[in-house]
Order: sequence, then structure tokens, then C-alpha cells
Amino acid sequence: MSNKSITEIVNKNLKTRYKKEARFKKYGQLSIFLAVTFLFIFFTSIISKGYSAFYQAEIFLKVDLNQEYIDPDNTNDLEEIRYSDFDGVINESLYSLFPQIIKRSDKRQLRDLMSSGASITVQQLVLDDLSLIGQTINIWLPLDDEVDMLIKGNIDVDLPEQARRISDMQINFIEILQKKGLIKNKFNKNLFLSGDSRESEQAGILGAFVGSALMLTITFLIAFPLGVSAAIYLEEFAPKNKFIDFIEVNINNLAAVPSIIYGLLGLAVFINYAGMPRSAPLVGGLVLALMTFPVIIIAARASLQSVPPSIRDAALGVGASKMQSIFDHILPLALPGILTGSIIGMARALGESAPLIMIGMVAFVVDIPTSPLDSSAALPVQVYLWADSPERGFVEKTSAAIMVLLVFLLLMNSLAIWLRNKYEIKW
Amino acid sequence: MSNNEFNNFKTVGNTKTSNEVVMSVENCNVFYGDNQALNNINIDVGRSEVLALIGPSGCGKSTFLRCLNRLNDTIDSCKVTGKIHLEEEDIYSGEIDVVMLRARVGMVFQKPNPFPKSIYENVAYGPKIHGITTSKQELDELVEVSLEKAGLLDEVKDRIHTPGTSLSGGQQQRLCIARAIAIKPDVILMDEPCSALDPIATEKIEDLINELKENYAIVMVTHSMSQAARVSQRAAYFHLGHLVEVGDTKKIFNNPEHELTKNYISGRTG
Repeated sequence: MSNKSITEIVNKNLKTRYKKEARFKKYGQLSIFLAVTFLFIFFTSIISKGYSAFYQAEIFLKVDLNQEYIDPDNTNDLEEIRYSDFDGVINESLYSLFPQIIKRSDKRQLRDLMSSGASITVQQLVLDDLSLIGQTINIWLPLDDEVDMLIKGNIDVDLPEQARRISDMQINFIEILQKKGLIKNKFNKNLFLSGDSRESEQAGILGAFVGSALMLTITFLIAFPLGVSAAIYLEEFAPKNKFIDFIEVNINNLAAVPSIIYGLLGLAVFINYAGMPRSAPLVGGLVLALMTFPVIIIAARASLQSVPPSIRDAALGVGASKMQSIFDHILPLALPGILTGSIIGMARALGESAPLIMIGMVAFVVDIPTSPLDSSAALPVQVYLWADSPERGFVEKTSAAIMVLLVFLLLMNSLAIWLRNKYEIKW
Repeated sequence: MSNNEFNNFKTVGNTKTSNEVVMSVENCNVFYGDNQALNNINIDVGRSEVLALIGPSGCGKSTFLRCLNRLNDTIDSCKVTGKIHLEEEDIYSGEIDVVMLRARVGMVFQKPNPFPKSIYENVAYGPKIHGITTSKQELDELVEVSLEKAGLLDEVKDRIHTPGTSLSGGQQQRLCIARAIAIKPDVILMDEPCSALDPIATEKIEDLINELKENYAIVMVTHSMSQAARVSQRAAYFHLGHLVEVGDTKKIFNNPEHELTKNYISGRTG
């Protein structure tokens, strides 16, 4: 074949070769564009639906903490005071804004504007400072979630009165109060400081957040040391035989087992057999640990394998024992990879809801858990619960919970990146 | 050259050393699974001399080197038979622990492989794990002396706590030599120590080997015939897992007895 013909052949192919390359590039750009678009839609949707959950309509009231209502027998006993009629004082204050309202049913409509959480706020204030009894205090108190929704524009006032959960008279009250400047949107502290509630204006994410944090701590404490030890054993010490091969295959299979199966396992073993409490972060943590365990083993083994054999030789060559060569040289080099893999496994565990539902973490829990044995919610399950609630107020709460969950995940992934950079040894 | 010619094969030349014997190998066979990598090797390693192992790629010289400090143990399928004595003790019989063996038989690898730690830590690691020194001061001195012996001290003394991996290739290799001699071994094994280095760095390492051989027995695998001629006193020619010929380097290079050695030396095989 002459030189000229080779040049011609190459020239002929060259165009298709470059075309192929350009086409491949286009596909790549297209898929990235699609990914970014969906991510953008996802975030816009969540944030636009959820941002309003971070504030809450409140009303400014002058509340007369009249002793007729609060501790009328002057016992000064905290228990006695706790059960005083705090609703009464708030209602009195509310009625005083509309002296023209005298009919019982109208008064009732006015009363219904308030959140049932308002009396709890006042109660807490009084319990903290008994000297307030008999005084008049100026205070911002939460309004009912329906009022909140109306103010946020989520209720269609053009609908017939029967079709909405807020009456014409109530709308009138609110307009008057707004004109007087007595209603304002305030930062919704409740969302971050309280547990779940049937009333959407009082519902908060803290219980679920603490539950998830407790669970993940337990998951990490169990799955990380066990997973890394197992990986080291399998990678460095285990003899190469059929039995170990069998174990390896099973670990890979376990990593692919649907998470709900782990939930059933947890239900059968931890709750029914071992008698651990239901809905507890301890059981949740154990179940998630079981689920994360194979993922950590696989990540850790991959990291250990990627340590250059020359380092092994070097350590053994100066007379290090196997243990010393692993812990002094191989493990430190593998650690960034192990940590990254583990945290990504943990992040998956954080977002898991199916196994938690199996062990009863889907229960309605108001209290913030103080120990891993308390009943608790978890962030993804809270999202599920709120998304399932019929009240209009929970729609934005659901999005807010998703945002909190995503921020939690983002923090964990940032931690993974930070740890990797910190421990990565530059060659 | 077919394998049949190796039936009833016998090494030619003199497998004994005229110096004091440090290691002696008797009837050593190595198998990787069903594959025999080394056949019936007999050779002595003497103090204060450099023994060069030469031969074409895949002839088993690196395998043989790694038998001497049992680094082959890390390969599961590898099986070694025969006897290898370090002074009086058989290293494969359990008379001497493998960690102890490697403390007495140091190794320098083909590619410089310092730990990704500071220069100081690299040299101090061996003495630390073996507990050779008792005080920080003693350790500091040992590190300094080892670096000095490896001819590296002047170049690194003001950055002894910087990573060993930041040194140049030749410096890294000398650091590895410093690391090997810090545990005061009897024997140093070198697996093509200069093959990844430029000529200037190679020259430095060769000079260093010349100095070190006064105190250590050195066994060196090399692909460079000229290097073997320059630094070794004895040479062993391996071919397809057989030790073909052993003798004084001068004799091997100038007047080889075996046909295979002749061919290799004159550049007809390899």
C-alpha cells in the first residue's frame, strides 16, 4: 500500500472520527443539562412551596393576667397555676379589641382565630415568672393555621363560605386587625424548637431531627468500626478459600437487599425477640447499621485495595508485622476513601424511611426524644407523615422538612469532602 | 533453549564465597501454584561483598531475592522448599521469626517507595517498631547517622520533617536505603535499585553501594550488565528459573564457562 492511499484512508475516516467525538460530547452536555434542569425544578418547587413555613402570622395582644383566671385561690402552687384558664385571659384580651361583638357564636368565631398554642406560650411565660400574675403584658401570639393560610394567600376567598374553613366574619376580623397593624408575620421558631403536632402552626421538626441524629450516631458507632474491621480482616488476613468467597458474595448481596427487609428483620429480632422498645432511635440505629454495614465493608475494601502494594512491601521490608504495616501505613492511606464511602452510606441511611416504618417510627410523637430509648420520629418519616396530613398548613411544612433533611444531607456530604481533603496524603 | 536441557542440570562455577558466609541457600525451589519458578538453587551470600543477580526478564532473580527475606510469603500461591540459612538458622523452618528475619535482612525496591511521611519518620520507623533506640535523642542520632551513611544528610538536613515523597527520585531511593540501614541489618537486598533513576542518580547509588558493602552483605538484582560489572564482586546468572553460573564477576564477564552465560554476556539472549 502506498503512502498516499494511507493518507487518503485516514483522511476519509478522520471526519467520522471527529463527528463521533462531537456527538458524544453533545450527549454528555445534554445529560448534564437535563440533570441540572431537574435539580433546578426540584429545588425551586421545594423552596417556593416551603419558604413560607419559616414565618407564621402572629397577633399583638395586651393580655391582662388577671388573678380571677390565673391562680384564683392564690396558692402560688406551680401545679395549680399550670391548669389555670390561660385561654380565658387571651380571649378576654381578644374580645376587648372588638367590644361590639356580644353574641356567643360570634365570640366563638373570634376565639377560633387563635392558635391553641397561644395559651401554652402565655402559660410558659407565667410559670417562668410568677410575678407577672396580675400584670398586663404585651405579647405576640400565634394565630390559627387557617388564618395563617389566609394571610399567606393559600385560601381562595372567592369560594362560597361553606366551602372554606374560615368564615366571612373571621375574614372581616382579620382585615380589621391587619389594618390596625396588629397582625404580622414573625419568624416561626416553633418549626425548629418543637416536636410534631396535630396543629400545623405548632408542628416542629426538632423531634424528628433529634431522632435522626441519635439514630445516625448509633448507626455510625456500630457500623463504622465493625465494617472497617471486617474489611481489614477480609482484605488482609482472611485465607483465600471457598468459605471466605461465600462470605464475600453474601456481603455484596446484602448491600443490594431492599431496605424494608432490614426493617422487618429489626422488627423480628430487636423488638419481638430482644424486647427493645418500638419507635426508638436505638432500634432504628441498629437497623440502619445493619443496612449500612455491607456498604461500609465494600467501600473500605475498595480503599484498602487501592493502597499501592509498594507501601505494603516497604513496611514489611523494614520488618513491620502485618498488624503494624496495616495500622501504621495502609489504613492511614485508605482512610479518606473509607470515610467518604462510609459517610455516603450513612447519608443513604439518613434518607431511609421504609425500614423505620416497619419498626414503628411512623408513630405520632410530640415529645423531643432525650435518649435513644424514647419514642421518636425521624426526618424522612416526618416528611411522609406531614405529606399525608390533610390540613393545608402541612403542605408548606412538608417542604420545610424536606429542606431541613436536604441541609442535613448536604452537611454530611460536606463533612465527607472535608475529611477526605484533610486526610488525603499528597504524593 | 528448551526446558529439557535443564534435566539433571547443575550450576557451573563456584557457588561458595571466599568471605565469611552470611546466608546460604540449599536446594531452593519456588512454586507459584503448579508453576515452578526456581529450580534447585544453591548459593552462598558473603559478608562485605556485592552479589549481582543477572539474567533475562522472568528468569526468577527477583523471586529468588524475595525468598531471602520471605517477602514471597505475601503471595498466597507461592511455595518455597529447600533450606535458606541466615548464619546458622533456617529462615523457612520457623527457627527465626519472619519479623526478626526482615529486621536483619533489609530491602530496597525497584521503585523508590518512601512512606508518605516525613523524611525523619521514614528512617525512624524501623528502629521505632523494633525498639532499637531507647530515647528520642538516640533515635535522632540514629536517623542522622543513617541519612549520613546513605549520603543524603547534606541534602536534606534543613528539611528533615518535610514529606519524603517530595524528594527527587534518586533522593527517595537513597532515603529508602537509609531506612533499610537504620535497623542495622546484616544483609541488604536490592531489587534493581537504579532502574527508575537517571544516570547521575544511578552513579550516586552505585558509589553508595560501594561504600556500604564494607559493612553489609549486599545482594542486588540488576538488568544493567555494566552496573553489575562496576559494583559487584560476585555475579550469578539465572536463566528460566535455573541458576546457570556463579563466580567472580570478572570471571563471569570475561570468561564465562556455560554456553548460556556466554550468550547472555555477549548480548545474544536477554
